[in-house]
Amino acid sequence: MTSRARWAGVLRTPVGVAAAVLLGAVLLLAVCAPLLWGGRADEVDTAHILAPASAEHWAGTDNLGRDIFFRVLVATRTSVWLALLATGLGVAVGLLLGTAPLLLGPRLGRLVTAAVNIAVAFPGLLLALSFAVIFGAGASGAVPAIGLAIAPGFARLTQTLSATVAGRDFVAAARIAGVGRIRVLLRHVLPNIAEPLLVNATMAAGGSLLAFAGLSFLGLGVQTPGYDWGRLLGEGLNGIYLNPAAALVPGVAVVLAGLAFNLVGEAAAKAVGPRTATAPVRGASADGIAHGADLPAGQADAVLVVEDLTVSFGPVTPVRGVGFTLRRGESVGIVGESGSGKSLTALAVAQLIEQPGRVEARRLEFLGDDLLRTPPRARPRLLGTSLAMVFQDPMTSFNPVQRIGRQLAEVAEQHLGQRRGPALARAVDRLRAVRIPGAARRARQFPHEFSGGMRQRAMIGMGLMGEPKLIIADEPTTALDVTVQRQVLSLLADVRAADDVAVLLISHDLGVVEQVCDRVLVMYAGRFVEDLPVARLRDGARHPYTRALLGAVPDLATDRDQPLVVIPGRPADPAAPPPGCAFAPRCPLADDHCVRADPALVDDGSGGRVACWHADERPEPVLSAATEGEGR
Amino acid sequence: MTSTTASTAVFAHLSGNPWLRFAARRFGRLLVSVWVLVTAAFLMIHLIPGDPVRAALGNTAPVELVEARRATLGLNNPLWQQYADYLRHLFAGDFGTSMLSGMPVSQVIGDRLPATAELAGLAFALAVLVSIPLGLVMAVLTRGGRRRPVELAFTSGSVLLAVVPEFLVAVGLVYVFSVELGWAPVAMRQGPSSYVLPVLALALGPASVLARIVRVETLAVLQAEYIRTARAKRLPDRRVYLRHALPNALTATITVGGLLLGAMVAGTVLAENVFAWPGLGSTIVSSILAKDYPVVQGVVLVYGLGVLLVNLVVDVALALLDPRSTIRES
Repeated sequence: MTSRARWAGVLRTPVGVAAAVLLGAVLLLAVCAPLLWGGRADEVDTAHILAPASAEHWAGTDNLGRDIFFRVLVATRTSVWLALLATGLGVAVGLLLGTAPLLLGPRLGRLVTAAVNIAVAFPGLLLALSFAVIFGAGASGAVPAIGLAIAPGFARLTQTLSATVAGRDFVAAARIAGVGRIRVLLRHVLPNIAEPLLVNATMAAGGSLLAFAGLSFLGLGVQTPGYDWGRLLGEGLNGIYLNPAAALVPGVAVVLAGLAFNLVGEAAAKAVGPRTATAPVRGASADGIAHGADLPAGQADAVLVVEDLTVSFGPVTPVRGVGFTLRRGESVGIVGESGSGKSLTALAVAQLIEQPGRVEARRLEFLGDDLLRTPPRARPRLLGTSLAMVFQDPMTSFNPVQRIGRQLAEVAEQHLGQRRGPALARAVDRLRAVRIPGAARRARQFPHEFSGGMRQRAMIGMGLMGEPKLIIADEPTTALDVTVQRQVLSLLADVRAADDVAVLLISHDLGVVEQVCDRVLVMYAGRFVEDLPVARLRDGARHPYTRALLGAVPDLATDRDQPLVVIPGRPADPAAPPPGCAFAPRCPLADDHCVRADPALVDDGSGGRVACWHADERPEPVLSAATEGEGR
Repeated sequence: MTSTTASTAVFAHLSGNPWLRFAARRFGRLLVSVWVLVTAAFLMIHLIPGDPVRAALGNTAPVELVEARRATLGLNNPLWQQYADYLRHLFAGDFGTSMLSGMPVSQVIGDRLPATAELAGLAFALAVLVSIPLGLVMAVLTRGGRRRPVELAFTSGSVLLAVVPEFLVAVGLVYVFSVELGWAPVAMRQGPSSYVLPVLALALGPASVLARIVRVETLAVLQAEYIRTARAKRLPDRRVYLRHALPNALTATITVGGLLLGAMVAGTVLAENVFAWPGLGSTIVSSILAKDYPVVQGVVLVYGLGVLLVNLVVDVALALLDPRSTIRES
């Protein structure tokens, strides 16, 4: 986008248009008002001294009988002109100081930077007052005072912006090519930071207009017989009981003009600055037809029973009717590519989907309690003590400003009614249980003092504060390196074995699932396409997608001179799932029937389920090399 | 030799403890800032074009008087000696003498400082007490695009209040509450009711800026994964918001709040002049107009120290609230 088009973007919002119109009017008044009404504003009328507002004098008259309304209009020129002058001075000095590190070299530059940093810490008005002492009261003193008060902030901004540009390649290239410092600054640095500087100068103009009004109001700015809005305001305030309009009209003028500059600056900042991309909600409708075929038989020792679970966000339905059962001590893995809906399935089971997401299911039972019919708020204790969560990124899953021990103890305080002391003792005990050395000392530390693997273990320890029957682990090892990954997985396995805890493991990594789980659920485009015991994964997988996933896992036998294999094509768009099998577009076995009709997840009688019209058919290789015909 | 090893040991000890290191570094920065401030205040008088004493006493003052005053102020000594004397007197608590009233400047400051400190302190307390709950509630109500009209009303209202400077807010308040409604006295510091309007005038702008920041920060924090962890612990909403979201949202709020409090210290100058408040703000303006430079110098110094003190408090508060900041800085 050209820079002119972007500035025109200011006019695209209603606020931007209003601000631009307002600013145009203020500038027009500044030019025309003294020419049109200069005479009336200075007309002395001793017969009507200090008159209140009337039809003749809209804002009343001052102590010489002059019309205040016209004086306010005429004062626009002085007020705006002085503000612009001060801004210009401030911007110029700020630019000089801000580019000093580039021009003077690192050593002198650092000195200037340090001085600017100290000056920035002081409020502008305080600086302006101090400079007003030096330059004396009056317009000629207030302009440099306000200008110099603006300068440090502007210098800081220039420094920050030019430092980022100066680090870029083209500037380095220009330097190496022997281009002089001043030329680098003028040709390469300034043009690239001009837009944000201009935006800030516009806002600074609004600020200095208000500051000038302040100084004049205090009597330190424009002196009689000259007058600007601040001076008129100060004069009007003295008689505010007799004639409020004399103070209010100049006040309104200052506010409007200040707002005009500020809003134009902000609108420009929005138009010029980086756009915040708002994801458009795609209008495609999902087929809402629930799939009843996924239903598993209910078991007596079931920890979790899920039937026909859907998760939707407006028109998009990323999870489209899934069902499974977890028994005591059983460990089930859900695998699939990112975007397949596996994490959302886990969050939905844990009742952690937030608005605008919606969770629906025919059955969703945890330890025999129906989670859908009773509001989740009603059973925080059940979920808080019996259901443990482990999230993907241990770096961001702990509250950074609370000690680890407190974050664990909180569970016992909340749900077990324990006091602070015993709760903390239990937290230390649980940290010990997840093999954290020096648990008592570690409990007093903050999350940033823990390593990634240790944090993930502490997260598991947090789940053990209650007496969990189910641990839901959403990609628990993805953010960890391989050795740490093994530790965390074996800890999960130990916890499971010790207390007969069921584990629902979400992963994109078949290797991890094989290590921990009894059963695998393969997910594709919001559905389960295959459900089989881990023991049969390597040689008994029946769905072409499962086999493709297995083929894409490199192992020690993989020829590393060859490109890694990938599944060709891209995952189905959750906003527009196809009417037939979602995998059909990427499947080498697909025929017309696959494209038209969606296969149901059917029990195969030997402990597995599969959703495919061509299950077990073994065709020519499914995979292509990454460098070859990729469907992107 | 031994002193070198001792100081190395002390240094090693210091650098071992992040808190001590933080305190040492922060104190060093404060000393530099104070030195710059004091030097700037000293130089201020010497940068004034012409003879400040002549300017203060007026053109009609006899030459002998001007000379005598110059001598008592030490203005005839070489600059470095004046600087040394100035520093020495400051250390002894001597801020100089008013050229007009002959009163010690320290006494002027002592008389006037309490009124200003009260005003700034009350206004800041009000701004914080209003803005943090307001911003938090607004964030919770409008999270995830809920209640658009509420959000629009809050945002536009707070933007408008933030742009209007305190002296104009003050004039507006005087008009509405004193002139039209007759509820509050217009000026002076007489009784508790006289505090209402000045404190409001100073607090409204910063409160709206702070409330906006609290809201934006809280919205960002509510997206964080540790909030999901807190929800996974099935804590009551109130605990999630107050214990887990708020402390994390406050770090940015404190940074900006410190800047606002600094600006508020200066903002008292204007508010005091609207309400004829007998504080440092009225003093500095009348002294600048009367060219009573020692008083101006002293008051500027007090304001500057106030701002530095605020900055220090903010940094310490940040370090206490966010344990990472002490490390991040080094």
